[in-house]
Amino acid sequence: MAQLTLKNIKKSFGDTPVLHDISLDVNDGEFVSLVGQSGCGKSTLLRIIAGLEQPDSGDVLIDGQSMLNAAPKDRNIAMVFQDYALYPHMSVGENMAMPLVMASLPLYARLPMMRSITPAGRKAQPHIREGVEKVSKQLHIDHLLDRKPAQLSGGQRQRVALGRALVRDPQVFLMDEPLSNLDAKLRVQVRSEITELHASSGLTFVYVTHDQVEAMTMSRRVALLQTGHLLQVGTPNDLFSDPANLDVAQFIGSPEINITAGESRAGQITIGEAQLPIDLGATGPVQIGIRPETISVPNAKGLVAAHAPKQGHMVTFTKRLIEDLGPEVLIHGAFAHAPDGIIRIRAQKSDAYSNAGMLAQSEALEVMLNPNQLLFFGADGQRLRPVVGAATRAEMA
Amino acid sequence: MAASKLQRAQTRLAYLLVLPATLLILVIYIIPILFVFLGSLTDYTLVSDYYEFVGFENYQKMFGDKVFANALNNTFFYAVLFLPGAFIISLIIAIAIQEQKQFRSILEVLYFLPVTSTLAAMALVWAALMDSGQGVINNTFQLFGLPRVNWFGNEDVVLYSLAIISLWSIIGFNMVLFLAGLTSIPKNLYEAAALDGADHPLDKFFRVTWPMLGPTAMFVAVTSSITAFKLFDTVAILTQGGPDRASEVFLYLAFLEGFEYFNMGYSAALSLFFLGIIFLFALVQALFSDRNVHY
Repeated sequence: MAQLTLKNIKKSFGDTPVLHDISLDVNDGEFVSLVGQSGCGKSTLLRIIAGLEQPDSGDVLIDGQSMLNAAPKDRNIAMVFQDYALYPHMSVGENMAMPLVMASLPLYARLPMMRSITPAGRKAQPHIREGVEKVSKQLHIDHLLDRKPAQLSGGQRQRVALGRALVRDPQVFLMDEPLSNLDAKLRVQVRSEITELHASSGLTFVYVTHDQVEAMTMSRRVALLQTGHLLQVGTPNDLFSDPANLDVAQFIGSPEINITAGESRAGQITIGEAQLPIDLGATGPVQIGIRPETISVPNAKGLVAAHAPKQGHMVTFTKRLIEDLGPEVLIHGAFAHAPDGIIRIRAQKSDAYSNAGMLAQSEALEVMLNPNQLLFFGADGQRLRPVVGAATRAEMA
Repeated sequence: MAASKLQRAQTRLAYLLVLPATLLILVIYIIPILFVFLGSLTDYTLVSDYYEFVGFENYQKMFGDKVFANALNNTFFYAVLFLPGAFIISLIIAIAIQEQKQFRSILEVLYFLPVTSTLAAMALVWAALMDSGQGVINNTFQLFGLPRVNWFGNEDVVLYSLAIISLWSIIGFNMVLFLAGLTSIPKNLYEAAALDGADHPLDKFFRVTWPMLGPTAMFVAVTSSITAFKLFDTVAILTQGGPDRASEVFLYLAFLEGFEYFNMGYSAALSLFFLGIIFLFALVQALFSDRNVHY
């Protein structure tokens, strides 16, 4: 049982604030990712949880108990470092045994060469060996126990780091970009292994990454940080389809969401020649977020039209470049009414697709926007939600 | 055919390229050592034109010579006094300074200052400090009711005095080496250790710092050993081997034999023996330093 609570954490390094008032609850057994660009403060937050940094103010609670005055080793947490931080002079077995040695031996028995000659040291030996064996079997590294970290591949080192963290039977598992030093293929594999580890261990996981794909695929909830502010916490789907503001919308999703300018007036939103019957309850310019996969190109031969034409609103689009991604294509271009803004369209290929046919297509395309899939943001980047129909409003009142 | 021609040209070029370095090594090291070796087989003295080859007589004389045994004995005793201090004190100071944030660079400079000074000149300052009658040290001792010490006049004390001066002059140097070693230890190893429960200073030292310092420690140990055997300036300036040969160390004896008594043949034999000792240390360094690098 370990519920992790962060309360109003603030931290600055010198005059540079890195965390502004972060509060976050991580439930027992939950997998939460802290995601954001480098320098957003996510690693600092993790280090504060681990006890490697002290916050300037605020509190870290595990199961309701403040951990601020507890040393890292007393917080019952384990951490996997980005570059693994394995002890290079120790074998894999010794690396993994380290937490057990420290926990089960008194200081005098931990001094050099004392472990094998003191009674306390000899008594603890079988227990330590068992612990290491159990975890190394679980992670399939039991054949590597005598090797030094330098003799291991990246993926094996990763497992040893996991093993050293697991061997102490922690309640909270912290990971600081553990996949960033692995090659792309291995990353996908270890990603699923970590997810399985989470499922089988039932531990509370806090996972730091700059990679939104990792965050979205692995975690139950994602906490998005930017320049020390917690922008939004929610399920991967919440963040993708219901972002709280423009920054969240832009961070989540690949390729990035398209942003174009529009005008909101009298229950109508104007995008180029299209008039959308959407009432934002406000008048003035708005920023419109359009996910690349929600734009359809109904008239282009060889592309699947995602929506039936009557639902959408047509806008003229000028194509510039087409990237073939295999099952789909990425069309780069701009709306005719805003030629400077880059718009990307991700469209599915149909059986009739051909390269020549695509290239022969005229530059100007009619594309269709689905009003239900558009996201609206004010000039300050905050999300604007369509006002519910007048009838519903009356009912609510 | 063309290939072998090219190959020959390349071989020639390779020899041409190593020629300057080879010549320098020959002229500066190998040929002088050969001359010293040849000299050590003669009874050549600076004051006589006549000399003849005497085979290994000089070496025979060396191993039967009480003066030589005394010098070797003094040198080893001095090394035993000097080395632990040169190693341990430097390491402790380096670790203490490493943990300082504010005054680190100032302290580094202060400890390094003695290294930049001329030891021969500083020896005279130490002579004044350690003067048995008017010296500051003895006066301070007296102030605290301690007995006055005859630093350079007492046979049982003189090697200690010389060791203290040498320590003062080398600690800054070793400290900088250790600091470089300490700085290169990744910080996250200490963080991992803190999470693993190794947050006691002794645990941190024995589990992380000491093993990671291995190559640096080996280097410091070997260079300090060589420094210990090279002891000469302070002896020549302060004690001239006295009192009663109590501070006559190896290199000083070689100097005495060659340039005071003009026994160049015998002095050459002593010098080669010295070279042998230094070579042994260098060999240890070369053999073990690689093995201690883990990553």
